Amino acid sequence: MKLLYALFTGLVFGVGIAVSGMMDPAKVLNFFDVAGSWDPSLAFVMGGALLVTFIGYRIVWRRDAPLFEGRFQVPTSTVLDGKLIGGSALFGIGWGIAGFCPGAAIPALGTGRWEVALFLVSVAGGFVLRRILSDLMNAQVAQ
Amino acid sequence: METAFTPFASFGGGLAIGLGAVLLMLGLGRILGATGIMSGLVFAENRAEFGWRAAMVVGMILAPGLIFAMTGTTPEVNVPVSPAMIAIGGVVVGLGASLGSGCTSGHGVCGLSRLSVRSLVAVPTFMATAAITVFLIRHVFGG
Repeated sequence: MKLLYALFTGLVFGVGIAVSGMMDPAKVLNFFDVAGSWDPSLAFVMGGALLVTFIGYRIVWRRDAPLFEGRFQVPTSTVLDGKLIGGSALFGIGWGIAGFCPGAAIPALGTGRWEVALFLVSVAGGFVLRRILSDLMNAQVAQ
Repeated sequence: METAFTPFASFGGGLAIGLGAVLLMLGLGRILGATGIMSGLVFAENRAEFGWRAAMVVGMILAPGLIFAMTGTTPEVNVPVSPAMIAIGGVVVGLGASLGSGCTSGHGVCGLSRLSVRSLVAVPTFMATAAITVFLIRHVFGG
């Protein structure tokens, strides 16, 4: 039941991504191209999503616990460090190069486009690269 | 290439994206972050967390098919960049999102609506670097 529910939430999210235009890199890149073929649509995606989550989360949090788990697990860290800022800066650079982000590319995989698969495999490569770099840094600290 | 300004579809899609995030919080008490979900599948170290993440991804991938079944059209995926840029962008996205602990969905939608300090720093950072990257590629290097 929990898995079916999770599948349904993914479906709702994916339909939103598809309808919003987020899975179209041409549209995403144009959102950032203020000096060129600017398309401000994606500001409306963010506005719609934030409107629902801002209100919806607060209604949900009145409960003691979620439906299928014992407690809410929300990140509590408030650390502002180089990893957060540098990582976010890198993420934006990659997003600006490819025009896809992970949340848009996963549903876009359902269109069967090979470019989407290439992007997601590359993202997975980036995850692995990060882990290798972290291990190297830790090894240096240990020495 | 020019893309059509779609405020209503984008806002409506945004509402569904937000609904997906709220439903996940209601059911499982989790943030809907594509980076965390995908990273959990790539490394598959936490078995208790694997099932719901896999189910969500299946739901997301089914979304374009559902839209095709209902409307007869497939969501647009126009890729205006080369395969090399998709691959490079993907690796940088994966590296950056894992270092920065989030992407457009986790920091952008869920984090901002929770007023997370980390997300309030991360989102303007990646929006700025994405815009700078697109500007440099399109208007300085003439990509």
